[in-house]
Amino acid sequence: MKAPRIPMEELMGSGHLACQGCGATQAMRFALKALGPKTALTIPACCWAVIDGSFPHSCIELPIFHTAFETAAVVAAGIKVGLEMRGDSETTVMAWAGDGGTYDIGLQALSGVAERNDDIIYVCYDNEAYMNTGIQRSSSTPVGAWTTTTPVDNYKKEPKKNMIDIMAAHSIPYIATCSVAWPEDVIAKFRKAKEIKGTRYIHIFTPCPTGWKFAPELSIQMARRAVTSHVFPVLEITEHGQKIEVWKDFEPTSVRDYFKPQGRFKHLTDEEIEGLERDVEQKWRRLLAKEKMMASIPGME
Amino acid sequence: MKKVIMGNHAVSYGVRASEVKVISAYPITPQTHVVELLSEMCANGEIDAKFIKVESEHSAMAACVGASAAGSRAFTATSAQGLLLMHEMLHWAVGARLPIVLANINRAVGPPWSIWTDQNDSLSQRDVGWLQIYCESNQETQDTVPQAFKIAEELQMPVMLVMDAFFLSHTYEIVDMIEKEQVREFLPPYKPDIKIDTADQHSFGNLAGPDHYMELRYMIQKAMDRGLDVIKRVDSEFEEMFGRGYGLIEPYRCDDAETILVTSGTVASTTRVVIDELRDEGVRVGSLKIRVFRPFPIEDVFEVLSKAKKVAVIDRNISFGAHGIFYQEIKSALYGRTDIPIIGYIAGLGGRDITPKVIREIADKAIGDEQPERYINWIGVKI
Ligand SMILES: Cc1ncc(C[n+]2csc(CCOP(=O)(O)OP(=O)(O)O)c2C)c(N)n1
Ligand SMILES: [Mg+2]
Repeated sequence: MKAPRIPMEELMGSGHLACQGCGATQAMRFALKALGPKTALTIPACCWAVIDGSFPHSCIELPIFHTAFETAAVVAAGIKVGLEMRGDSETTVMAWAGDGGTYDIGLQALSGVAERNDDIIYVCYDNEAYMNTGIQRSSSTPVGAWTTTTPVDNYKKEPKKNMIDIMAAHSIPYIATCSVAWPEDVIAKFRKAKEIKGTRYIHIFTPCPTGWKFAPELSIQMARRAVTSHVFPVLEITEHGQKIEVWKDFEPTSVRDYFKPQGRFKHLTDEEIEGLERDVEQKWRRLLAKEKMMASIPGME
Repeated sequence: MKKVIMGNHAVSYGVRASEVKVISAYPITPQTHVVELLSEMCANGEIDAKFIKVESEHSAMAACVGASAAGSRAFTATSAQGLLLMHEMLHWAVGARLPIVLANINRAVGPPWSIWTDQNDSLSQRDVGWLQIYCESNQETQDTVPQAFKIAEELQMPVMLVMDAFFLSHTYEIVDMIEKEQVREFLPPYKPDIKIDTADQHSFGNLAGPDHYMELRYMIQKAMDRGLDVIKRVDSEFEEMFGRGYGLIEPYRCDDAETILVTSGTVASTTRVVIDELRDEGVRVGSLKIRVFRPFPIEDVFEVLSKAKKVAVIDRNISFGAHGIFYQEIKSALYGRTDIPIIGYIAGLGGRDITPKVIREIADKAIGDEQPERYINWIGVKI
């Protein structure tokens, strides 16, 4: 990862309403540093609908249109076209939604936008559950995790949905994942996305101390270990879904170390953790194989 | 220039003349012609608008919400299930004070599947805060589109234009076409003061505590209150330029009428035929068409109806467990100010034809019966 110059300018103020150690708040700060002042946002129901602040305050010095839970993508598309039709084709329009608003209730509208290749940046900040409503499962919640709707006696048995593959299947020009543990990477990816036309999908891993039950000061450590344990691969997909580049330039760490500080995995037995470790590793190998295979297709070398 | 066009196309031509900038819609019978013609107009450059071809009506309204918030004039059209799917975003358009115009072709709601007309789709959206204007002819439909935008933009409120499926949407009538060059004088380009703009940042619709929410709702009601005058004024401005006006309501031979039939949509035209027939027989009857349903023109309605001895309301809709919906509105408009009997008739649900014979039956019942069932009389039910 190359280190870009990080702008001093802050478009997000300190008067926000997030919990201590909120990864989603960091993510917004970095994203706005990259995108700059010619940016308009739409935010659906999610923690960020609250984090922004309560009327008449807002912690963001940009236009923000708050919208209904499942509509971020298409409202952003509407804003973009609305701006264009009144002569502003310069403003970058970004939809900023949680995993619930992306994987679940907002998937249909997002699919529509991606299929039409509407000219927006769509961001999924992934805290792996419905946090705003008090930690209920989403289809992004990882297998094994506790949430209020997947109690310890019946913790989540289904694997996290593969949102990245779903987006890649739409052949959009740019897909990236990143983690708040690497601000330079987050900023570089948003800068890159800003220069591309069409639907750009950025997926940021944003730990949630409140929902995952770990100490707020460990937020960045969780964001780092998720990546180094191969739980959350950092990658880019370009060439309209044809080219995958997975970031591998780090010292691997164990899934167990990633799980340990998190209360949501506390109930898991050693054997269960081992099973999950095997799953993670298998998925990682598949991803690397896919990266290689895609690169070997004639015309893609 | 006069042309023979179908009701749905009257909407499309109204949209063309109104220089709409963003259209977003999803197809549903019987609305499809509206958006097919508009897609064609967008493709061939007849209108300088972008058409966002969304994957659902929920998204159609959401796209209009985004476009309108960004400061562009936005339009959509739908029907029945589509309107119901939009419900959440209909509220959003009101709360965000966005002057979107929607044409709803009144279609019965399933199950069972029905594509034919009744008013339960639009009337079940009564309380979302959209203005609602019920049209009776293709001419009125076309003319109401620019009127709707003008009203919407002045009040910063969305407006729903409503018309009957098939009886209007698919019926060909002569329409005096309006063109954008003339309409521009009547309806100048949309230039809102507050919009999504990086040079003038606002956070729209963020969390509002109990200290603020109620005031915002109060302001919506104030806009509705102002709406009646604005609609009247806009209508007379239109009439001055184009020679056609439609009013909030339309009384017909009501001056000395003992019995007045209250109608809406295409039933109003059929009713006038029956009124003439009855008048020829020496019966003192009249009819009152309700054109503007939200805001409800209480005073205008009262003025006409309070002179009658009996009022009969024909409802092509039903609020289950209560009465016909127009009936309820009329009753509440007259409540405590007169004790004339108001009788409710439910007819024509799911597109069953409301013929002159049906209206005659209603009129005869209303006039002749000394003690009619006040609230709800079903017409033509075969059970
Ligand atoms: C249609 C609708 N259903 C349910 C809700 C309630 N709701 C608000 S936010 C939310 C969960 C959001 O989860 P996610 O998108 O993951 O964002 P997070 O809160 O985790 O940041 C839910 C269920 C809503 N606002 N709208
Ligand atoms: Mg979440």
